[in-house]
Amino acid sequence: MNNSIVVVVLASAVAYGTPLLYAALGELLAERSGVLNLGVEGMMLVGAVMGFLAVQRVGGPAGLVLPVAIGVAALAGAAAALILAFLVITLRANQIVSGLALTIFAGAAGLSSYIGNDFNLADNPARYSFGPVNLFGLQDLPVLGPVVFGQSWLVYASWLCVVAVGFYLARTRPGLNVRAVGESPAAADAMGIAVTKYRYLHTLAGGAFAGVGGACFSLALTPQWVDGLTAGAGWIAIALVIFAFWRADLCLVGAYVFGAFSALPFTLQARGVTITPQLFQALPYVMTIVVLVLVSSGIGKRRLGAPGSLGIPYVREER
Amino acid sequence: MTVPRLRIEKRLRQRRWLMVGVPLGSLVVAHIAIAILLAATGHPPLTTFRRLFDAAYLADGALASTLIAATPLAFTGLAAAVAFRMRLFNIGAEGQLYFGAIGAAGVALLLAGRSTPVIIVAMVAAGAALGAAWGAIPGLLRAFLRTNEIITSLMLNYVAALVLNYLIFDSLSYWRDTSATGQVFPQGKMLPDAASWPVSTIGSVAVPFGFPLAIAAAVVIWVLYARTRFGFEAQVIGDSPRAARYAGMRTRRKIVAIMCLSGGIAGIGGASQMGDFRHLLDARGLQQANYGYTGIVVAALARYNPFAVVLVAFLLGGLQNAGFTLQSAEFPSGLVGVMQGMILFAMLGGELLVHYRISVARGGRRGQPAAEVAG
Repeated sequence: MNNSIVVVVLASAVAYGTPLLYAALGELLAERSGVLNLGVEGMMLVGAVMGFLAVQRVGGPAGLVLPVAIGVAALAGAAAALILAFLVITLRANQIVSGLALTIFAGAAGLSSYIGNDFNLADNPARYSFGPVNLFGLQDLPVLGPVVFGQSWLVYASWLCVVAVGFYLARTRPGLNVRAVGESPAAADAMGIAVTKYRYLHTLAGGAFAGVGGACFSLALTPQWVDGLTAGAGWIAIALVIFAFWRADLCLVGAYVFGAFSALPFTLQARGVTITPQLFQALPYVMTIVVLVLVSSGIGKRRLGAPGSLGIPYVREER
Repeated sequence: MTVPRLRIEKRLRQRRWLMVGVPLGSLVVAHIAIAILLAATGHPPLTTFRRLFDAAYLADGALASTLIAATPLAFTGLAAAVAFRMRLFNIGAEGQLYFGAIGAAGVALLLAGRSTPVIIVAMVAAGAALGAAWGAIPGLLRAFLRTNEIITSLMLNYVAALVLNYLIFDSLSYWRDTSATGQVFPQGKMLPDAASWPVSTIGSVAVPFGFPLAIAAAVVIWVLYARTRFGFEAQVIGDSPRAARYAGMRTRRKIVAIMCLSGGIAGIGGASQMGDFRHLLDARGLQQANYGYTGIVVAALARYNPFAVVLVAFLLGGLQNAGFTLQSAEFPSGLVGVMQGMILFAMLGGELLVHYRISVARGGRRGQPAAEVAG
């Protein structure tokens, strides 16, 4: 039963959805503070290449090296995000152009390729990678086993992150402050919330999450390094945040739905079923447009929660 | 406790020399940063710069290759500039260019046997029409449902890429080479010879037909914004939608029109790719080139001025051409993207100096508004 096509698709949806989930959680934090970061793809690739570099070069047992590599990936993503944060928050540059610049700078034909090439990373598979972990010995349960209990540590950790981010934004004081900063920075400033600090911290946290998302590729899904490894996952993550109405719990649902769409054609092909893969691959994008239309129409706007000042720089003197 | 604080305040008058000085300064800063990166990773910076410059502009045939790389960037740059001028952030030039290429390749195959001028006109028209149609989608959504065009145009790029893949890799479409080799190695059907756009030679440099076409498009855009009522109103709508509404301007149809114009220009870029350069619907090559996204960078560096767009496209085209020519084991791969990114970071950061004045205010107390102390 656990080999049935439905179970295989569900299990790979979770695996393929995980990098999207990390990146989307990060983008969610940045967007909630009012920063639209279009550099996700670039930050993911930098995280992927640096995490991979760490796994290849840091000595020690797998149990030590892999967490270190994830830490390196997160730091690399945050460092890339720092460039964007400085440009758009301190220097008030256009967020769209800055985000695209970050993706060009760091992306498949940029820094990530430069690092991968300079350290000859493309030649060998990863020394260690995150494999499936039989959680609580429940992997053989029907259906739930492979889908829920037979995943890697990265998947289990992502669930904790969803709970943490969701709780943080909805139930804590700083979380409330972030939402205020994203909604109306002038009002937040008047309340004594440090707008600049909040935006910096959440953009950096977003970069760290994106870096981990990138490392999901180079350390788990396809444990190797090739240029442009993430293949557009960063853009899907941006779509996912909208699709999830800027909520962490819905990011999880959306990530697995989108993960299923990208995994389905391969799984079906392996079973000898030929379908048009483009049809499935296009669905996440089309659904995001539909959601965006709903959000922007009168009914959706109030209830669905797009941050009010998303993409707008805040300048105290000019409010 | 006294802390020196940076004060940033808006310039009341824009200084002329800053409009030139700041971009030049930004370029210098960017190159210093790149040199540091190169030196840190064991590549001699000056030699690398010289090799790049040589491969871009000086070597035999370098200028012709640079023009080929610059032509699509000029089109996508103009597409971005014309929309961004109105604060319509169309980042869908990528997909609009794909559709332009699909349209142009389609009519070129359809009109096989006709004379070259007929085919060229048809290719440009079909490219413009399909690009405009693809650009109209985010335009209509923005105009009538107030849907943010940034994300919709971005998403449509991926849909367009999938359409391209479908036509070449997963179907037996009209565009695909269905001969025996084409069945094994999927690729586009070769366009007829008459669909090759003419090349003119100026001095010893071969100029692809698309490049003067891009210059003509730049002139049209300049006239539109500087000399017509339509362009003026579009700019007012971009700067202050409320003022435009009070003045009775027709906002919706201008949004759709500008998005169509933007998409159409990107579409002609796709047609030029077919006629000038690729001569078949090259799904993978078009996607790897990232012309649409680089075009936005070109437009931003040119501050959305159409003539500057052509110039910047020529410079960045040279960089891309050089990176492609020099690609080898000992030349750092990814350097072109790093350089483009750093130049853009420096330019974006430098923009602040054009519009704002920065001074160090001493004696301001932390937490106290420094502006009031200094009056």
